[in-house]
Formats: sequence, structure tokens, C-alpha cells
Amino acid sequence: MRTNDVMLQTATKVVTFIILMFAVHIFFAGHYTPGGGFVGGLLTTSAIVLLMLAFDIETVKKILPINYVTMTAIGLLLALATASASIIFDVPFFTHAYDYFDLPLFGKTSLHSAMLFDAGVYLVVVGVTMTIIQTIGEDE
Amino acid sequence: MSFVFLIFVPLLAALFIPLLFKKFGRIHTGWFVLVVPVILFTYYASLLPTTISGGNLVSEFQWIPSLDIAFVAYIDGLSLLFTLLITGIGALVVLYSIFYLDKHREQLHNFYVYLLMFMTAMLGIVQSDHLITLYLFWELTSISSFLLIGYWYTRDRSRFGALKSMMITVFGGLMMLGGFVLLSIMGDTYSIRELIPQAAELVTHDFFIWALVLVLLGAFTKSAQFPFYIWLPDAMEAPTPVSAYLHSATMVKAGLYLVARLTPVFAISGTWMWLVAGVGLFTMFWGSFFALKQKDLKGILAFSTVSQLGLIMSLLGASAAGYHVDNIAETTFKYAGFAAIFHLINHAVFKGSLFMIAGIVDHETGTRDIRKLGGLMSLMPISFTVAMIGAFSMAGLPPFGGFLSKEMFLTAMLSLTEFDLFSMDVWGILFPVVAWLGSVFTFIYSFYFVFHTFAGEHKPEQLPKPAHEAPIGMLISPVFLSLLVVVIFFIPNLVGDWLVKPAVLAMQPFLYTSPDEINIHVEAWHGPTPELFMTLGIVAIGFLMFWTLRKWQKSYDLFPDTLTLNALYDSVMFMSDTGANRFSRLYMTGFIRSYLVYMFSFVIFIVLGTLFLTDAFAIDFTNLAPVGFYEVVILIALVGSTLTILFSKSRLTGIIALGAVGYSVALFFVIFRAPDLALTQLVIETISVALFLLAFYHLPQISRKEERMRFRFGNALVAIGVGVTVTLVALSSLSQKALPSISEFYKETVYKEAGGGNIVNVILVDYRGFDTLFEIAVLGIAGIGIITMIKLRLTKKEDQHENK
Repeated sequence: MRTNDVMLQTATKVVTFIILMFAVHIFFAGHYTPGGGFVGGLLTTSAIVLLMLAFDIETVKKILPINYVTMTAIGLLLALATASASIIFDVPFFTHAYDYFDLPLFGKTSLHSAMLFDAGVYLVVVGVTMTIIQTIGEDE
Repeated sequence: MSFVFLIFVPLLAALFIPLLFKKFGRIHTGWFVLVVPVILFTYYASLLPTTISGGNLVSEFQWIPSLDIAFVAYIDGLSLLFTLLITGIGALVVLYSIFYLDKHREQLHNFYVYLLMFMTAMLGIVQSDHLITLYLFWELTSISSFLLIGYWYTRDRSRFGALKSMMITVFGGLMMLGGFVLLSIMGDTYSIRELIPQAAELVTHDFFIWALVLVLLGAFTKSAQFPFYIWLPDAMEAPTPVSAYLHSATMVKAGLYLVARLTPVFAISGTWMWLVAGVGLFTMFWGSFFALKQKDLKGILAFSTVSQLGLIMSLLGASAAGYHVDNIAETTFKYAGFAAIFHLINHAVFKGSLFMIAGIVDHETGTRDIRKLGGLMSLMPISFTVAMIGAFSMAGLPPFGGFLSKEMFLTAMLSLTEFDLFSMDVWGILFPVVAWLGSVFTFIYSFYFVFHTFAGEHKPEQLPKPAHEAPIGMLISPVFLSLLVVVIFFIPNLVGDWLVKPAVLAMQPFLYTSPDEINIHVEAWHGPTPELFMTLGIVAIGFLMFWTLRKWQKSYDLFPDTLTLNALYDSVMFMSDTGANRFSRLYMTGFIRSYLVYMFSFVIFIVLGTLFLTDAFAIDFTNLAPVGFYEVVILIALVGSTLTILFSKSRLTGIIALGAVGYSVALFFVIFRAPDLALTQLVIETISVALFLLAFYHLPQISRKEERMRFRFGNALVAIGVGVTVTLVALSSLSQKALPSISEFYKETVYKEAGGGNIVNVILVDYRGFDTLFEIAVLGIAGIGIITMIKLRLTKKEDQHENK
């Protein structure tokens, strides 16, 4: 009953990358402009969902062989590790550190340990939303 | 020697009973038990010289020092008298039980453990000077008596009787605890000895009457006073040694002990005197009146115990009159306290022997039904003699101890008519009249008990077993007790000097300083006084009525069973059971909607009530921002779509309208300059609408019927109420902002200290990252939950519901 969806699939191939790039942008820009791990994660998910709509779950699984439950766990661990790393330096739990560095290619850039925490948030959001959608989608 | 530890000796001995029962099964366990009360009795008897001279002994053992709770054993005349009763009659009862209970068929280890537990509890009650430990032992008697009454736990009646006595005495015990706490608050001490000197100040305290009534409730329930006596007849399902010990000589006297012990604290009050004397006397009449209705030997004795306890109680109440007269030694008011203690000893002695005889009759004939018994006189001569002595003493005939106490009882009651406080001069005449009536009935039931059992014609065909005299071992205790009954008559002044006067001294410490000052000399022949004529009247009328008993005893059966106190108790128990059940079924409907209505109603009630009571309601429009055009437009969209959800006919419309609400909210976020929120809200709304649609798609066909939500007025009312409440709270809180916002701090430090520009995100990951950490944990848990719900379906069968 599947109709010809060449247009959808072709458009998806282009749009998916745009969305992903936008998601990455929103994630990294979060500290200075609106955005952050949560919205970034949700946008990433929407890109993958678009793939799922245009193709099907099996195909997407082949393209992105990711175990989203593991991804959630890694995200949680990363967040927790960032938060507790401060203990090693004998400062209270959840103390962040940042500084400015001159990186090649990027120039003067600020690196902030909060970014690692946000990355944890990002991974959890993607992992959980994908877990939910995938589980419900596969259910008969 | 710190004799406070002696209280616990029976309890310690109880630990070894099961061992002895298993190891030395061939020897009756009772022989080992017997040692305990005998040793204790001997030891306590050696303390007699101290109390006879008016002295006392104190021994203390700290239990919870930080809370000022200690075991304090205080030995004075009163507590030593009770202690000797407990250990002495305890020894006799144990001896009797050795022959009464069969060592092969009965669970003796249980019996003696309970009995020893009870002994410790009773010793603790009568020796405790500390209110809290007194209460501890008080409840221990309730518990051990519960266990003893239910000793034959396979019988329904035993379990019923045990539960009934437990319910009533524990109710009283808890009331008493309340009274004790009030007392300790008033006097700032738990010690009775320290409370007594404060009596004059305590009586003016607001709590005084409360404490008085609560303590009396405890004493009345334990001592089976009207209307709480109903547990005692049902407690007769216990083995007879238990009835003889607990329900005649010791436990039922715990209430009397408490009243006597606290008399110096409360007796100043007229309420105390009226309550104690009045209830006691009424109980005395009531118990003796209904004793004649009983067909069961132990039933008669139970009602007789109730009656005699009432007698003692009324005397204790009358003794309070002594506090209000000068120079008590010259008045007749001095007799009441003496008579109370004297009769208490008498009663313990003769009632113990009577119970043992009832047990012997039951044991040797197989029945306690007085209608089947008769003519046992020639078959059981010794039991008959003992029963006769006990009953005649109970009836108040010479030459038995009961005669003396009955005379003094009448003297004390007559003296009340001369008392001119608390409107006694008006109503006081009732006391001797009721006392005389009660004594007449006491006379009749005493004869009824003896002669309907032992005289008349023998009916061997109605008896389950051929009747014969009891073995000698079983007779030792009752014979010994009946000897005491006679001995007390001949040496009343020795008993008076040794036991009664020291006890009266403890009861009336304001009136006497040493036992020698109590100038009462008991004489069997005391001249032609009014009380002697009253006794003659009792004997004459009583004898006439006993002679014609068969003719009028049937009139008792005319009294309907539905109007008795037992029926009241049963219906209260039934109602509290089914009533509570019905009540919880009334509101525990099992429907979530009902519970939500309760919760929301309470939210409205509590929040609006608080707003109203604290006068917190205020509306202040001065600080509000101007309303713009876009806000109005979005608001209309928002309200419109919300109303659409409420009135939509199809669920699909509802879901779409919900989406519209969510997007309008996102627009609000845009207008109110919250870009992060707007972004997140948009995406989340999309996902949740998709999930709603998914749920809608999988609805079962039956419930997909398109139907408008039914209108319920109650629901509408609650919903509007909640809306109004929340609105009012929001307006009020907005109008009365107490503190400036903390957000200035974030604005100033977001770049300098946190190295960021987006305040929202910096708050989320830096300032308050802790929250975020757990929010992503919540997300993770939700994901895992969905996986488990969908993937882990262990049973496919839908009819396997856990509640079925």
C-alpha cells in the first residue's frame, strides 16, 4: 500500500542534514544564545524521526546502529561525572570551571565544563525520546 | 535489700516454666511454681513489723532516668496488705490448680507462664509509687488476664470473654493513663508520694476534675463497677483457679487499690466522694439483685464479686467524708476507711474459697448448672462445710468475718446521713436504704448458692459424672481459707492492728500520723445499735424471701434480654465494626473521580479558608504591566481552544484543541521573551500530540463512541472552585510581593563568573545544575518504564487479573 515516495525520501536526505546541523548549532550556541542540550537533543531526534517516516525503522536502524538505552546511560554518566569531577579539585559538588583558549582554526574560544554536562543532557534527551518512539513504533 | 527486684521474680521464674514442663513432665509443673509465691509471701511477711509501727520502705530502680521514669517499690500498710494477699492467695491457688488441672491433658506451661506474669503485674501495681510504671503493670494485668481467660482457646465463649474483658479493661487503662498524665502535669511529678502533699493546690487546678474522672474510669473498669462490670461474668470461662485468683481476690481489687491509693489526692473533692460512693453502692445493689438471676454457679459468684466490690468501693468513697470533719477520732466517719480495708481482706478470703468450691463441684459432677445440682451435702460433706462458711460470711452472719465487716459497713453508711457537705444531708438517706436492700439480696443469693447446690434432692441422672468428694489436695486451699474466715471473726483486732490500720494510715495520711491513733476496736457484740437491728431485718426479710424464692425467681426472666448492658456492649461492638465498614465503603468508592473530587474540594476548602482566616486576600493593580494587542489575541485563541476541549464531541477534536493550547502557550513564551521555553514547548507539544494521537488510534472500538462529556453539576462546581481559588491566590501573591527578586544576581554574574551569555541555560547547567541532573534522570526512568511496559508482557491472558 506504500505509494511512491521518492520526493519525500529525496527531500529527507537533504533536510535531515540541515536539521542535524541546526541541532548541533543550537547545542553549542546554548551557552550564549537561546538553545542548549535539551532543544538540541529534541531537534536531533526530529531529524531521525524524519528519516524513520521517509524510510522505515529497520532501514534507520541499519543507518544508525545505535542502542539508545546505552546512549541514555552514557549521557547520565557523563552528566554525573562532570558534576562530581569538581570533588577531585576539592571544591563543592557541581562547581564548573571555564577558561579561554586560543585554538587552531577556531581562534579565541571559551571552553566550559558546563558544556560536558550539557552534552550529557543532549545524549539523554536523544536516547530517551528515541527509545520511546522506537519502542512504541515497533510494538504491534 | 533492694526489694524492687522481687516484683520481677515471678516473671523470671516464668522463663523456666516451659523448660521444666518439657524436662520434668512426670512431675506436675505447679509444684515448681508453688515455690515462688511461698518464698515471696515469707519475705514480705517479714516486713510486717515495719508497717505495723507506721513506717514504710522504698526501693528504687532507674529505668529511663532522662525521662524521670523509674521502678519504685514503695511498701507501706496498704501495699503490703495487697502484696500479702497476692502472694498468699497466689500460693493457695497454685496449690489448688495442681489438683485441678490435669498434667497430661492441659497445656500447663502456658497456664503457669501466664499466671506468673500476672503475679508480677499485680505486685508491680500495688508496690509502684511511679505513675507510669504503675500503668505499665496495670496493662500487663490486662494482657495476662486476657491470656488466662482465653486459656481454653478452642472454645468460642472463652475467646469472647477474653476479648470482652480486654476491650473494657484496656479502655479503662487508657483513660487512666490520661488521668495520670494530667496528674503529673498538675503536680510536676510522677511520684504518688510527692503528689499527696500537694492535694490542696491540685484541687484548684483546671485539670483536676478531668484527672479525677479519667482515673476513676480506669479503676471502675478494672474493678467491675457499674456499668463496666459486664466483662466479669463472661470472664468466668477461665479455669476456676484463675477465677478464684484474678476475678475475686486480686485483679478486680486493683481498681480498689488505685482508689484507696489516690484517696489522699482526690478525696477533698465532693465529686470524688459522690462518684465513688454512689457508683459503688449502686453496683453493690445491682450486682446482688442480678446474682439471683444466674443459673451458673460461677455466674452467681461473678455477680456476687461485682456486688462486694461495689460495697468496698462505696466504703472507700464514704471514707472521703473524714477529710471534711475535725477531730475524726470522735466521729463515726472513721469507720468507713477501716471497714473498706477490713472487708477487702474478708472478701478475698471467702470469695477465694467459694470459687474453689464451685470449681470442685464442677470438677466432681461435671456441671455448674445450679438447676441440675442439689443434694450434694451427704456426698461432699467437706465442700459443703467450706461453702457454707464462705457463704454465711458473705451474707454477713456470725460467727464469720463477714459479719463484722457488714456491721461496720452499715455503720459507715448510716454515718453518711449525718454528713452535711456536698448536699449529703438531702440525699444521704439513700445510702443506708440502698445498702440495706443490697444486703438483703446478698443474704438471699448466698443461701441460694449453698442450699440449691448442696441441699434439696439429689438428681444423679442429670449429672454428667457421679458425684463424690474431691481429692484431699484440692480441698487443702479452700479449707485453709474457710478456717481463716472463722479465725478473722475471733481475732478481728489482731487483723485490724496488723493489716488494716497501717493500710488506713496510708489511705488517710492527713488524719493520722501512726496506726496507733486509729482508735477502732472491733467487737462482735457491740450493743443494741441501729446497725444491729438492720442486720436482724436483713436476716428476717432475707430468710422469708429465700423461702419463697422459687415463686418469684421467674420474674427475672420477664426482663427483656435486649435491654441489658450486655446487649448494649454487643451492639456497640457490632455497630463499630459494621458501622466503620459502612462508613469507609461510603467514601471509598474505588472511583478515581470520587477521590479527585475529595482532594480538590479540600484544596479549595483549605486554601480559601486560609486566605480568609489570615486576611491574606488583596488585589493591587498598581504594579501590573500594560496589556498589549498580541497578548489579547493569543489569549482569545487560548481560551477558545480550551473551551473547545471541554465541549468537543469527538476525542480527536479535543486532542487537536489541546495542541492549539500548547502552541498558544509557546506563542506566549515568545511574546514574554522566553526563546528557550518557546523552542522546547513547540517541540514537546508536537511530540505529545503525536503520542495522544497514537493513544487515540489504539482505543478499543467500543469506547470510541463519539459522545460529549456529560455535564455534572458537582464536577463543574469543584472545577470552577479550583479555578477561582488558584486565581485568587495568584492575584494575592502578586499583589503582596514581600521580597525583591533574586534575578539581579544572575544578570550581574552570568558573564563574569559563569562564563556564559544565556542566563536560562547557565542557570540550568551551572547555577542550578543539580535540578537538571535529576530531571534527566527522570527522563531516563520514563524511558525505561515505557520499555518495560511494552516489552515485558509476561502473561498474555487478559482475564488473569490480580484481584480475581
